[in-house]
Amino acid sequence: MAPLVPDLIGNELNFIVALLIGIGFGFILEQAGFSTSRKLVGLFYGYDFTVLRVFFTAGITAMFGVVLLGHFGLLDLNIIYINPTYLQSAIVGGLIMGLGFVIGGFCPGTGVCAAAIGKVDAMFFVLGSLLGVFAFAEFYPSFEGLYKAGFLGSPRIFESLNMSQSLFAFLLILIAVTAFIVVTKIESKVNGKPDPELQPEKKYLLIAGIVILIGLSAFLLPEKQSSVLNNAKDPAVVSKIDYKKMSPDELAYRLIDQNDNIVLFDLRSKENFKELALPQSDNVTYEFLFGKDAKKKLSLKSTQKIFIGDTEADEMKAAYIARVLGYQDISILKGGFGEFKSTILDFKMPSGEISRNDADTYKFREKASTVLPALIQSAKKQQGSETTKTKRVVGGC
Amino acid sequence: MEEKKYMNPYLAGFLLGLLLLVTIFITGRGLGASGAVKSAVVEIANIISPSHVGSSKFYSEYMQEHQDGPLKNWLVFEVVGVIIGAFVSGLISNRLKLKFELRGQSTRGIRIFTALLGGALFGLGSQLGRGCTSGAALSGMAVLSTGGLITMAAIFGGAYAFAFFFRKLWITKG
Repeated sequence: MAPLVPDLIGNELNFIVALLIGIGFGFILEQAGFSTSRKLVGLFYGYDFTVLRVFFTAGITAMFGVVLLGHFGLLDLNIIYINPTYLQSAIVGGLIMGLGFVIGGFCPGTGVCAAAIGKVDAMFFVLGSLLGVFAFAEFYPSFEGLYKAGFLGSPRIFESLNMSQSLFAFLLILIAVTAFIVVTKIESKVNGKPDPELQPEKKYLLIAGIVILIGLSAFLLPEKQSSVLNNAKDPAVVSKIDYKKMSPDELAYRLIDQNDNIVLFDLRSKENFKELALPQSDNVTYEFLFGKDAKKKLSLKSTQKIFIGDTEADEMKAAYIARVLGYQDISILKGGFGEFKSTILDFKMPSGEISRNDADTYKFREKASTVLPALIQSAKKQQGSETTKTKRVVGGC
Repeated sequence: MEEKKYMNPYLAGFLLGLLLLVTIFITGRGLGASGAVKSAVVEIANIISPSHVGSSKFYSEYMQEHQDGPLKNWLVFEVVGVIIGAFVSGLISNRLKLKFELRGQSTRGIRIFTALLGGALFGLGSQLGRGCTSGAALSGMAVLSTGGLITMAAIFGGAYAFAFFFRKLWITKG
């Protein structure tokens, strides 16, 4: 599952990737005409909307791709960098950049691009941007209050607006297509002639129609995560698959054996998990199973993955999700955590007649009920030092 | 030789969008530019006056986050790539030429001043906005970040709001 950095592509190789991506970035910007202030500023005076066309097309293409890859569970959206929202500085910083745009005629990326092909004015712009950052650095203490004000975390726009991702994506595409049509009309009016590049309009209406159709399809594409989660809620669907059940005795045996061919996923609440958790277990949610961290453990070869929950039904839900996602060697704990606790951890030797067969079992359980709590204690101590969670990618400027 | 025509804007946008998507898919982060400017500033400051860098909050925080030095940064490598890519593009389209572009009613002196001032404002604003047109606006739009889209709206909204006052720099009539 993507992103590929840092697991598939190391941090050093990532710099080479950066260079190659940069080459593509610079090449496209220059080919699009972003290496001249004439085209860049045209947007603000109505004579050339190339910037809007390129920018909006690029934005919706990438956005649509991100939504799509997320939909199908190919890209873990919980790990990718989402620009944080600091309300005040986003607005003030943006306005200052807007002012810089109409005065300077470039933005940093396009300025570098234009300077690279020999535009002297762009070289002065790049020099200016160094000075601007320098000023910010020198007067950072005075900016700091504004810089850090209004922190809202890293929300995504459809969350802030309280709508679904697909609806927002669709609206954005609609806005973009409308903008393309409107600016074309403005352009030919300002320039006093119909732009030959934009004739005939039928062709563009066709493109617009296709884009809208693709946008609409975002509604119809079931999001993998939510559709699987929904199915998991239906006992009839879940019970269609046979799940391997591990008995409390077997689990206890393997835990005492410190068998490292098992991983335990504890589905109970955080509080219950904190209070009492088995060694080698992770507290997880159903959503977690879709992520990159889960994949690392769930795809371990020749390892039993055992789900532990309050009830067998909870365990089956998780096992169902894991199976649908294609993971192998999935078991659930028979009778849930409660039965494990009562038969093993809280074991009391029954009084009265005991058959020979049961005697062995009881003997084992008695031993387990003394050994396991010690293991649980030592695992608890270790846990503080061990965090394997994949961090969100650090990005931004 | 004649300069070649620019690429169709929709095609260029589509390719740029795919590139951004690939970037996010591989690295989990978007494109950027102003971050490299920041790295360059910290590097220069560190060469000129290491003691100043050590005592300044901004620089020392940055140095702490970048233990391998300010230039060992993803965006620095990316922007070096941008320079190469733009150069190659200019080369094959016959646009490689040392040229001072003047627009509207600007003179050379005015243009140097406005380029420096505009650049400085953009540089300063990109620090406040945590990214520029690429890092905040475009990449922010790709991941539908609220902050990125607010910055985008402010950049373009601001530019439209101020455009009238600076029209003489860019257009001859009016």
